[in-house]
Amino acid sequence: MSEAAVEERRTLADHPLIQLTLVRFREFVREPEALFWVFVFPILLAAGLGLAFRNRPPEVLPVGALTSELARALGTEKGLSVEQLSEAAAAQALRTGKLALVAAPGPDGTVIFRFDNTNPEGRTARLLADGAIQRAAGRADPVGARDLPVREPGSRYIDFLIPGLLGMNLMSSAMWGIGFSIVDARRKKLMKRLVATPMPRAYYLLSFLLSRLVLLVIEVAALAGFGRLVFGVPVRGSIASLAALCLLGSLAFSALGLLIASRARTIEAASGLMNVTMMPMWIVSGVFFSSQRFPEALQPAIRALPLTALIEALRTNMLQGGSLAQVASQMGILGVWLVVCFALALKLFRWR
Amino acid sequence: MPVDVPPAALRVSRLRKTYKDVVAVDGLDLEVRPGECFGLLGPNGAGKTTTIEICEGLTAADSGEVEVLGLDWSRHAAELRQRLGIQLQETQLSDKLTVWETVRLFRSFFRQGPPAGEIVALVQLEEKQDARVGDLSGGQKQRLALACALVGDPHLLFLDEPTTGLDPQARRQVWDLVERFRLAGRTILLTTHYMDEAERLCDRVAIMDHGKVIAAGAPRELIASIGVEHLVEFSAASGTPVDMRLLECLEGVRAVQSENGTVCLQVTQLHRAVPALLDELGRQGVPLTELRTHSPTLEDVFVALTGRRLRDE
Repeated sequence: MSEAAVEERRTLADHPLIQLTLVRFREFVREPEALFWVFVFPILLAAGLGLAFRNRPPEVLPVGALTSELARALGTEKGLSVEQLSEAAAAQALRTGKLALVAAPGPDGTVIFRFDNTNPEGRTARLLADGAIQRAAGRADPVGARDLPVREPGSRYIDFLIPGLLGMNLMSSAMWGIGFSIVDARRKKLMKRLVATPMPRAYYLLSFLLSRLVLLVIEVAALAGFGRLVFGVPVRGSIASLAALCLLGSLAFSALGLLIASRARTIEAASGLMNVTMMPMWIVSGVFFSSQRFPEALQPAIRALPLTALIEALRTNMLQGGSLAQVASQMGILGVWLVVCFALALKLFRWR
Repeated sequence: MPVDVPPAALRVSRLRKTYKDVVAVDGLDLEVRPGECFGLLGPNGAGKTTTIEICEGLTAADSGEVEVLGLDWSRHAAELRQRLGIQLQETQLSDKLTVWETVRLFRSFFRQGPPAGEIVALVQLEEKQDARVGDLSGGQKQRLALACALVGDPHLLFLDEPTTGLDPQARRQVWDLVERFRLAGRTILLTTHYMDEAERLCDRVAIMDHGKVIAAGAPRELIASIGVEHLVEFSAASGTPVDMRLLECLEGVRAVQSENGTVCLQVTQLHRAVPALLDELGRQGVPLTELRTHSPTLEDVFVALTGRRLRDE
């Protein structure tokens, strides 16, 4: 063996950083569950929520009338479907929500509208029904009006949701991808074994970032592409700034993941820390609904969270076509998280 | 062989290491000569792993000196990492990588050494080279761990309990590999609590107990040093009293010990002692259930020095 120990010709593929990065890819790709959570799950979530909250065509509201004249008058309104029925049947249908409103004849030729005024459908039906009855009775509108429907992509729920999911996905894949692998290697004493070789330690950490960057492109392209193709979610800002934002966000969360994994010896300990860190951000950072819903007093703290900053920046880019300059404060927040977490992680990191 | 052969491949003096209130290594001295296979033998908890990990530069000693291949960890760590081959006791290599990928990864860290394919062939894993590490048997995993230790063409190989938990055939395969490495003129330091392993592989051993070396030398010298040529062990049917004093007076018997119903006699002349023993037991009316004779081993050296067995657990 000693005779064979000649300096062989080494290619780029023999570089330790390349080999370590390849290992990262292989470990990721050979873990079907990780593939599901990183690539498939966010798309399923987007599809499900997109379907549930899709904008429906203008709705026709079911209403009831107790007399045939009222039924005829209401029938002139396209937004209502009218049914003539008895007093008892009408009361029953109203209670069970089958009808949004019931029109009954009142004393002296008046009309009584029975509806639930806390229900938007009831209130809408009230407006439509009243208009129809007044017009049927000969009311002339003093101002002529014409409807011009506008449905602009960018203002729907799915448009709000996709950047939120993108941010959430960047957070969880970066934190889990780095945190889990590092703690697992430490637990199996694989890290100790690697430290016993001449492997440069910085390469070990860099290999996580490199593999993350490549996976990041696939992740973002898959989710943003899905939103674009299926729901027409726009990407109005430049692709380069979108890429820069995703990169910065992913690096910030990688640093946070590294910090969480810097000392943990067991997967359980790391999982607990991960969840404690990520769960509040899922809720307050505006993934599924606007973070403005939280009390004013909490807003400065919420805005300082990395996920809030990333999602705000992504929405500004994708929905409003904002430039990087417009999201400078959010980028600043992400930058601070990146530098502080990375510096702390390096200080605390346990190599065995 | 390296051109500038240092006088000792490894020299350790007055080494101490304490974990909280446990003294793991207590003033240890060692010298491993170039080209020899040196064994650290001792029971679990004797401080073997702590000692070898200090030598490997993985654990810092509290005090004492360690010189590896004439170099010092505090000043030449990078150079030492290139020149040492290390196998740790409990490393689990990544289950999802193949044998080939694992060897290739480790090979990439060293500036010199044989090509990955040659290493895989050396540890006889060619047929398994595309198999996932998770699908290997215990013996195959251990040979892969050895491959990872050999990728840098090391001058000094550290093996921590290389065959613990392996079946006899897998152990023999690991032994063959270690012997081939030694025959190639390289130096090995291994720890083990199997005395047959130490006797088979090691040119010299140091017997450790409670963080100290209690005896060191070639296995044969150590065995000779306890001055016993043969051992005779017998057990009597349970409950039968045996008069030990009469046994001690038998011809050729030097000492008698009794443990868990088994009586052990240290004997100089087997051909005289055994008939005398059988006569005496017949006279005392002791029914024998077992009678064995064997030559002393390192285990007996340990027993003679400490009064305990190597593997008490």
